[in-house]
Order: sequence, then C-alpha cells, then structure tokens
Amino acid sequence: MNIDLSRRGFLKLAGAGVAATSLGAMGFGEAEAAEQAHVRAFKLASTTEVRNTCTYCSVACGILIYSKGDVAAGEEAHVVHIEGDADHPTNRGTLCPKGAALKDTVLSATRLTQPRIRRPGSDKLEEISWEEALDKIARALKDDRDANLIQTNEAGVPVNRWTSTGFLAASATTNETAWLTYKVVRSMGIVGFDNQARV
Amino acid sequence: MTNSWTDIKNTDLVVVMGGNAAEAHPCGFKWVTEAKAHRGAKLIVVDPRFTRTASVSDYYAPIRPGSDIAFLMGLINWMIQNDKVQWEYVKNFTNAAFIVKDEFGWSDGLFSGYDPEKRDYDKSSWDYVIGDDGFAQVDMTLQNPRCVWNLLKEHVSRYTPELVEQVCGTPKDKFLKVAEMIGECSAVDKTMTSMYALGWTQHSKGAQNIRGMAMLQLILGNIGVRGGGMNALRGHSNIQGLTDVGLMSNLLPGYMNIPTEKEKDWTTYMSSRSFKPLRPGQTSYWQNYPKFMVSFMKAMWGDAARADNDWAFHYLPKLDVPTYDILRMFDLMNEGKITNYFCQGFNPLLSFPNRGKVTSALSKLKLLVVMDPLETETAHFWENHGEYNDVDTASIQTEVLELPTTSFAEDDGSLVNSGRWMQWHWAAATPPGQAKRDTWIMAQIFLRMKKMYQDEGGPFPDPILNLTWEYKDENEPSAEELAKELNGRALADVYDLKDTTKLLTAQGKQLLNFSQMRDDGSTMSACWIYSGSWNEEGNNMARRDNSDPDDTGAFLNWSFAWPLNRRILYNRASADMQGKAWDPSRKLIEWNGEKWAGYDVPDIAPTAKPDEVGPFIMNPEGSSRLFTRGMMRDGPFPTHMEPFESPIANVFNPEMRGNPVARVFAKDADQFATSDEFPFVATSYRLTEHFHYWTKHNRINSALQPEFFVEISEELAAEKGITKGGTVRVWSKRGSVTAKALVSKRLRPLQCGDKLVHVIGIPLHWGFMGAARKGFGPNSLTPFVGDANVETPEFKAFLVNIEPAQGEVVS
Repeated sequence: MNIDLSRRGFLKLAGAGVAATSLGAMGFGEAEAAEQAHVRAFKLASTTEVRNTCTYCSVACGILIYSKGDVAAGEEAHVVHIEGDADHPTNRGTLCPKGAALKDTVLSATRLTQPRIRRPGSDKLEEISWEEALDKIARALKDDRDANLIQTNEAGVPVNRWTSTGFLAASATTNETAWLTYKVVRSMGIVGFDNQARV
Repeated sequence: MTNSWTDIKNTDLVVVMGGNAAEAHPCGFKWVTEAKAHRGAKLIVVDPRFTRTASVSDYYAPIRPGSDIAFLMGLINWMIQNDKVQWEYVKNFTNAAFIVKDEFGWSDGLFSGYDPEKRDYDKSSWDYVIGDDGFAQVDMTLQNPRCVWNLLKEHVSRYTPELVEQVCGTPKDKFLKVAEMIGECSAVDKTMTSMYALGWTQHSKGAQNIRGMAMLQLILGNIGVRGGGMNALRGHSNIQGLTDVGLMSNLLPGYMNIPTEKEKDWTTYMSSRSFKPLRPGQTSYWQNYPKFMVSFMKAMWGDAARADNDWAFHYLPKLDVPTYDILRMFDLMNEGKITNYFCQGFNPLLSFPNRGKVTSALSKLKLLVVMDPLETETAHFWENHGEYNDVDTASIQTEVLELPTTSFAEDDGSLVNSGRWMQWHWAAATPPGQAKRDTWIMAQIFLRMKKMYQDEGGPFPDPILNLTWEYKDENEPSAEELAKELNGRALADVYDLKDTTKLLTAQGKQLLNFSQMRDDGSTMSACWIYSGSWNEEGNNMARRDNSDPDDTGAFLNWSFAWPLNRRILYNRASADMQGKAWDPSRKLIEWNGEKWAGYDVPDIAPTAKPDEVGPFIMNPEGSSRLFTRGMMRDGPFPTHMEPFESPIANVFNPEMRGNPVARVFAKDADQFATSDEFPFVATSYRLTEHFHYWTKHNRINSALQPEFFVEISEELAAEKGITKGGTVRVWSKRGSVTAKALVSKRLRPLQCGDKLVHVIGIPLHWGFMGAARKGFGPNSLTPFVGDANVETPEFKAFLVNIEPAQGEVVS
C-alpha cells in the first residue's frame, strides 16, 4: 500500500515540468537554456524522504524525514529537514511546537557520539572503546550474578532470582528493541526491571 | 485507549480530568476540536489549574489535587439519584446484578477485612455468592439488597454535592453543572469520552481514580461505542509498546504474569489461571492463557522448553514480593544492596521522586550504565553543578559508563500509539559518531555473558545458554527478525482444532494471528497480543491506506492495531441485546442474524449470539465490573483517600493517612510532612513547548520556554509578598528549589470546608544538562510513595512551603 511516487519524486517531475513548458512556450531559444541553468532545483529534490513517527508523545504523529544520502541504499545520510506527514490520519501533516523542532533534537549539540567512562571519584568523563566498555559491563554482570543469584528459597523451591542488578528500560525504543531487551534481561533472572510506564 | 485519536471526532462530550490534552497532546487534541466544530460536542475540564485545555472548554470546574475520587463518586451518586442511567446496558453488560457476600461492607473509610498492622486487606469478603451450579448468583431485577447495584448505590450515597464541595473545593453549582452535562450522555444517542493522563495516575490511589471514571462510563453506556471509552493518553511514543512487551518487574509479554515463588511449578502457576466462566455460556478468553504462555516460553527457549520440563518454567525468575518496581529498587540501592544498574533512555535522577534519595542511591552503586542518545542528568549525577547539582564528586565511588545510542531518526521498527496502533518507521540517517542501536548493545552484552558462562561456568547458566538467538547476524538482530518473533510462527504444522485434517499454517510459516496458537509446543510467539502484525501477508504495521469508509474514524487499513486490528475495544457493547446499534448514526458492528459485522473487527466471536454471550469477553463474568472483587488492593469500589501529604484530614476517618494499603518504606514515612509546617499543595505539570527532559537539549524549545518557574495565584502572591517574575524558594520536607514566580489567575485558592487551600503548580522540564538555562524540577520535592496497586509515584499532590528569595526581578 505504500505510495510509490514519493513527494520528492513528485517535486522533481513538477519542477522540471514547469521550467520546460513555460519557457519553451514563450520561445526564448538560447535565452531559454541560459534561464534554465539558473533555475535551481528544489532543495528537497536532492534528498531522500523517509516515513517515520514523532519520538515524543503517544499521539504518534506521522513525520517525513528528508536526508542527504539514502540509508536504505547503504549510503551515509544526514537529516536536513523534518515535517508532518500529510497522509497520516491522526495528525494530517500538523505538528506541535516540539514535533516542529524535531530536527534540532536529532542534531543536538549534546547528542552522544562516543562511549565514555567516569571512574570512581573522578570529576570527568574519559573516552573508552566500545570493546572495553562492553567487556567491563559483561564482567560486572557475570561477577554479580555469580555472587548473588538466588537459586532456591528457604522452602527449596527454585526461584532463580537476581535482585542485585537492575534494568530500567526506555519509553521511545521500538517494540523490537523492547523484545530483545526483554530476552536478555529476563534470561539472566533480573527482576528489578521496569520501564517509564511505572512513573 | 479503548478507542483511538481519530475516533474522538465521534463524541458529544469530552471530559478532560486528570490530564491537559491541549497542552501535552496537541495534535491528538485536534480531534476534540473536530468534534466541537462538526458535531457540536462540548468540552468539560476539571483541573486544579485553568489549563490550556480549560481555555478552550465549554465549562471549567476547579478541583483540589488528589480529591478526584470524591468528585467521581459524587457524579455516580448524582446519576443514580437523577435516573441518568443507561439501564439496559447496566443490567446486561455490567455486573450490577451479581450478588455479593454478606460479609462485605464499608465503614469509616475502610472496607471489610482491614488489618492495620499489615497495612493490607483480607479480601475474602469482596466476592460474589457462588451457587451450587458453580456460577455467580445474579438478580436481574436488581431488587436484591446485596446485588452490586444496590451496594454501589449505598456506597456513593455519601458523596453528596455538599460533600464534594467540602472535599474537592469545587463550588456546588459548578459540580452540579458538570453533573447535568454528563448526565445527558446516559441517552443511547449521546456519548461521552474520558481523556486522562498522569493527572490521574500519579497518586497513591491513581488506579482507583481511573476505575471511578470507568464505572461512570459504564453506567452511562459509553464503553465500546464510537466517541466513547476510557482514553488514557500515554506519555511517550512507545510507552504502550514497552508495557505490552512486558518490560515491567512483574510482567511477561501480553499482560501475563511473572510467577511468584508460591507458584512452585507450572501446574500450580496455571491452577490460579483457569479463568472458568462465572456465568453460563460466557467466553472468558483468558482460558487460552496456556497457549499464549507456552508460545512465549518457546519464543524464549525454543527446544529447551518442553512439556516434560514444564516448558522451562524454572528458567523464569520467581518473585518473593509483588514487584521490584523502581521505588523498591531505589530503596534497595540506597541501602547499598544493588551492585549494577542500567538506564536505557531513562533519566531517573529527574524522573523519580525525592531527588536527594535518588542521588544518594546512585552514589552507592558499583556500576551505572546509561544508554541514551543525549547527555542525561543521570549519567552526570556525580558532577557538581553548583546549586543545581550540589554533590561531593570525589566521594562518589560509582563507576559510570555513558553509551551513545541511536535516536528514532536512525532506527527501524514499530511503535505503539495511545490507541494501540502499531506503526512501522524507517531509519533516515546514519548514527552520529560511534552511536549504536540498542539491539546491537544488548546483543553484545548477551553474547559476552553467554561466552563467559560457556568458558567459566557459573550458577544456573541454562536460561542464558539456551536463549533462542536465531538471527542472521548474531551481533545485530534486525527489526524485521524481531518483529516476526513477536508475531509468532508455526514450529510444526498447525491444524484446525475442529477439523484436524485442515492445515492452517505450515511449519516455519508466520501465524495468521493468536487464534492459531497452541499449548503443545507447536507454536511460538513472543507477545500474543501482537500476533497478526507480521503474518504471511507481510508487515501489516507498515500499511498506509488512509481510506476511511463512511468517515467512521476507524482507518482499518492504516497500520495494525492490537489485538487483531481492532480499533475500538469491547465494540460488541455498541449494540443492544438484539445486536442492533444503540445509536444507528454511530453504528460500529451489528448482528446480521448469522454473524457480527460492520466497521470494526468484532470484539467477540463472530458467531456468538447477541442474547447469549456478553461483550466483555476477557472477564469470566462476560460483563464489565462495577465491583472488582478482590482484584485491587485498596477496594472493590473507589473510596475517597487523601494524598499522603494533605492539608485536610480524611472526611470519613481523620486517623487515616493517604492510601491505607500503599507500601511505605520506613525512612520515607519520616519524610512525610504535615500542613502545619508545609501549608501549600503542590502539583507537577507539563508545558506544550517541552517534552520531559529531552527538549531542553533543543535550542528552539529552550528558547520557547527558557527557564524554570512555579505558578501561584495572585492571592498567594499577595499573602507572601511575592512579585510577578520575582524569585521564590519552594521547599518540601525533602528538598528545596529556586524559581521564577509566575503569578496568574489560572490558579485560585479553593475553599474546602473551613480551610482555604492554595495550590502551587510546578512544571517539570529543567535540569542541568542541555541547551536551556539550568533549573530544577518538581522531583527535588516529591514524596517517595506510590500507588497501592501499581506503585506509580505520588507526583500530583504533595505539600510545600514558599517564600520570596533573592534574585533579579524581571518584569
């Protein structure tokens, strides 16, 4: 049911059409070519349009993200514009003051780009590699689970409960991320497990 | 939401109480505007503040924070006294006719069975009389004095308009006007919708606030109909989904439960989940629980979950307490009993109550891991930011790992909106720097743990070693693969249960929906309610046909709504006992003599006869519940309870503090204040320009609302000598904040009996990271206590004091 002709494609066609017909009809010859060289394509015409959902509240407004580059084609891509999706039944293209400024959250100066560590007692964060960070996490988890997993209760019933490590899950990640998180957290026996719905 | 955003256009009356949709859900609120413009619908707002929603309402009534139950029971009383009842609906579709045990009762603000030592009820009297035939006894004439209806009538009779005025501070004439407007919606051709949010949940009796309105909606016949319903406006883009998938201490996916340690094996666990119908011929759909549960266990542990090992029942942890919710975890953390803690896209330093305690707790961890796209206060809790985060950095020994994750713009997958629509989205950008998807991070942690258990051994490694991990790239499971697991597939050929020669789904294929799930291990599905979202027809969550035949607002071919693409829950209740729509102009589904059909996917077996099978198929009664038996800890009916910190004693029992069964940790009780020292009621709220603690990282939103303020009435400002735009200090027994004073007419003192109650509004969007000016939030002040049933903290009603402080006067 996806609409094959994207708005970007439509703009390309429409833009080219306007330039060719109006100038050609007036018969300017060489001037026509010179003028056409001046007609700048719409900025959005060189972008990739992607359907997404606003990350804030649960109205879940449809949005269109315009990027330089195409992620689906394996290219590097950077967001240049975000607007409401006029086809979406709920928001019909409108966005609130938060949704209208979404791009500046994606491109915020305080986006994290590098794993960092704050050592005990330290007053600063230091860069750390993913490998080192993940090894450290896995070691800490294994040591704590080995030491504190409660395998049976006093009555001898298997309970396999791990209470000394906890996990707070998100509120804006996908269902698919949620399911993988669930698998990993529960398989270890963690019971201190909640998401933002608790508050 | 029982209904959807787009369905709100079908209503005649919108009641916004416990929320502020125009401010917090602007693009959804547009459907209220549609209903007003095109149907002549009215909007009522009941709120302590004259909110942005109130500013476009037809009628506004003020209310004291934390007194909603009194208001709602007052409404129910008024409806009963004035015969504003949809009688056929009440008799047939609720448990009004069910007979309750003689021992059940209420006095002095408490129900029968209260034990003050345990702070708990013995709930055995809160139940139906069961007859010799095994079914609950009923009196369809509603004459029996012990039937639910007569008990309810008696229970709410105390909530007169005078009592409402005394408890809520709502002037009697305003309460009566609201009651009259709502009463009109008991007519079959009038409907009302309830739109609420955290203004109702964030109380020590939040769940009972919501029950109160649900009961009112049932009495008016407004559940299951177009333009009606109980519509919880969820806060975050996928808070619904994370709850559906069971990321809560006590949940399995699809609203099944983690076993307690009393449930020592599979048989014991299932024995309390037989869901035997309580009336003849009723559906009681949860009877399928074993099918959903076995399918889940197969999704987790594949071939290691077998009939002969109780489907790997002991791989699941067993709870010794009702939940290890966030309040319990941070209390344990503060006691030094937690070693490692993860925060995935969550900022507890600002989001949890009593920030002083949260800081102290985080300081006792060995390792804190924060996964987030943005720099959060939690990841920087050890960093000194002067008065905004005044900590002794050197003394904090917690190691903190701050891991960069992708944002929505760099990730594929589905999110569930408030109306249960599962909407797929696609990545549009490359992650910045070394930011990674959460799925990659979780996979890396898991694969490392698994290898360590393989290499080193360790206690009970089985659930880790046998966890299914059937992904093309084990390092980064794809959204598509995970979504297909959520839907579920056939592990062996699945045949029709009635015609065992008829193949429904061949081995290896995606299940059509949860009707194909089996309890013999031949199917797997991670989350039964999501089944149908990605079947052999493809990814139904990505559907984008926005046509809407006859403009009903259903949009059946846009995305996929759980369960089974149903847009309005309980929709069989939109029709009468003959199966005809109560309101022909708002037809939803009807009985055509053979089956149910119409604009929505029927919420009942398609061939279930209208005069035989009740519409509330998930309940063993077949009907909805005005009386909830022993299912809620604090009562089968809502009863008025004060907040833990209140300027007023409980009108029914002055000795009773807060919710009598809410869990309170000893040290937190010492930090509850009285109104002698802290005379003013505070309540937290949101602003339309900001989203929680995220948009302060965004320069546009930071410019729109740059600075922390508190909102007070002109009367309180005059009393305290506070100037407009001046600086004030607000403090509770737990902390102190400084803020600009917004002196406004939107807040007025409330006269509650002989007490004048001032309310202070505290917006919640500031911290010490990001682009906005540094500031505070309400949680430096809020009490560490939660709802008795679900432990949601009491953010919406607590006590503070206020005084002018040093600072620049700007206006």
